[in-house]
Amino acid sequence: MSGLLGKKIGMTSIYDANGKNIPVTVIEAGPCVVTQIRTKEKDGYEAVQLSFDEKKEKHTTSGLKGHFAKAGTTPKRYISEFTRFEHRKEFGEVITVEVFIEGEYVDVSGISKGKGFQGVVKRHGFAGVGDATHGQHNRLRAPGSLGASSYPSRVMKGVRMAGRMGNHKVKLINLQIVKIVPEKNLILVKGAVPGAINGYLKIERWN
Amino acid sequence: MSQNAIIQFVEDQVAVKEFPEFKAGDTITVTYKIIEGNKERLQRFQGVVLQRVGDGPKATFTIRKISNNVGVERIFPISSPFIDEIEVNKKGAVRRARIFYLRGLRGKKARIKEARR
Repeated sequence: MSGLLGKKIGMTSIYDANGKNIPVTVIEAGPCVVTQIRTKEKDGYEAVQLSFDEKKEKHTTSGLKGHFAKAGTTPKRYISEFTRFEHRKEFGEVITVEVFIEGEYVDVSGISKGKGFQGVVKRHGFAGVGDATHGQHNRLRAPGSLGASSYPSRVMKGVRMAGRMGNHKVKLINLQIVKIVPEKNLILVKGAVPGAINGYLKIERWN
Repeated sequence: MSQNAIIQFVEDQVAVKEFPEFKAGDTITVTYKIIEGNKERLQRFQGVVLQRVGDGPKATFTIRKISNNVGVERIFPISSPFIDEIEVNKKGAVRRARIFYLRGLRGKKARIKEARR
């Protein structure tokens, strides 16, 4: 596999060769620096650690400062590991959008937008209870029954209820790369990707 | 580069043809390409502009016409490569930018006065 780290810029639409209007998400991907190489002997697993996006020196802890200095680069904001990386990458190597090809499919993961504490209708797609009128009082968006009564006499584990929604990792698979702009480090992916604008994304290609 | 500048850069790559100026209330004829199998031909759609939405290459406009006594509306993206030509037939005098009230009117009531220039 190969991949990159990126940042969500926003959405727009472009036209393909057939004149079809395609909704695209613009992602600023790379350049990423290989800041560590995990090996079987030393770490027990194989992986490549990439770092992306500049960060001020004064906002960097001294431990991380040393970590980046070792790779011969400036402090970076977003660090992530990739397992089973295609080519054997050198320590300190810079990877750009040229690892991708237009038309191929990638997986994009990011942190979804936080929705706060939400009820079951929004969070799990429940239909709510009954009617809005005909004597119905205040149970329009209620979850309804949580289970049977005397047996099991308890609420089963994992019953879907209200709670915190969003702000967790979401991965979308098989998004097509519509266009690549190497001089500006941009890739245009068909459709939406998780998270807010300026949110960090991990882009992986498996094939 | 800021986020807006990057989006702007991407949108600048989309070619927008030059068309005559028109607004809601105008009667226009859009000539657009239709691809049937391998054959390509031109078709015309004449009607009243109901609204123009958005700006830049993402902008669209809605045209309405009465065909066989049935109201037909079509939304065209302004940067659609299928649009061949836009011809302004009549400038209409309307007071608003979105003339959806036209949908509720028929016959003589659905006429729009010509703008005085």
